[in-house]
Amino acid sequence: MKLLHRLRYPDLVCQQAVELVTEYLEGSLSARARRRFEAHLAACPHCTEYLAQMRETISLTGRLEPEDLTPQMRDEFTDLYRRWRSEQQ
Amino acid sequence: MDPDSELLLQLRSGDERAFVSLVERYHEPMLRLAASFVPSGAVAEEVVQDTWLAVLRGLNNFEGRSSLKTWLFRILVNRARSTGSKEQRSVPVADPEPAVDPSRFGGGGWADPPEHWIEAAERRMEAGKLADRIRAWLGELPARQREVVLLRDIEGMSSEEVCAVLALTEGNQRVLLHRGRSRLRQLFEDEFREVR
Repeated sequence: MKLLHRLRYPDLVCQQAVELVTEYLEGSLSARARRRFEAHLAACPHCTEYLAQMRETISLTGRLEPEDLTPQMRDEFTDLYRRWRSEQQ
Repeated sequence: MDPDSELLLQLRSGDERAFVSLVERYHEPMLRLAASFVPSGAVAEEVVQDTWLAVLRGLNNFEGRSSLKTWLFRILVNRARSTGSKEQRSVPVADPEPAVDPSRFGGGGWADPPEHWIEAAERRMEAGKLADRIRAWLGELPARQREVVLLRDIEGMSSEEVCAVLALTEGNQRVLLHRGRSRLRQLFEDEFREVR
């Protein structure tokens, strides 16, 4: 039974596991797919590290102040204003 | 003098920093609002840019009967309404885009495993030296990935809210989020690989 199950649902390989990270974090994997993903993590330190890095990526991005402009946008708007000023004169 | 009329005076007298600070205060909230009227983030971007041009053009005629903020948002909403639904939203999510460069795997397993960078990134973030890099990276993401990452991971919206705002299906939203986050993770790794 167990062997048959493994034949039907072979272990994940790392290259597949990294594609499931977002669905795993979103909670949108089926219970079976989730167990399979977690079984892979338990055996794979690299994919465990990868998952931690995806969580860290989300955390670091989430700490940006939403009101801030990129330096590039700031330059663009400064140029826009200068152009407007020169048209006024 | 209320802060608006002081700002208005500065804007009319050529204080470019006053304009940039106005943009900093309202650009993103306006983008978010515009996104609820038009079918894509890219169109919202255009609407907000058009709004800023209209604001500059109208600055000398603005009579201050409403607050500056109300005026800005009224221009935005008028423009968003007239622009909205002109363009059909298409989501190019069919093309495969792997989360990790396939050359880093051999037989499906990691050949070139992820390098550690979490602690180094935390240190640099705490030193205030990482946020600008992340913003630049966000700017490099394909527009649709960026919109989803901005709304989900910076604005903290739920997937349902993001789907509603950007007119995406749940599945496409998740694909775009996955690709955007995966690209960012790779950029973090690249950044700190060079430091070691």
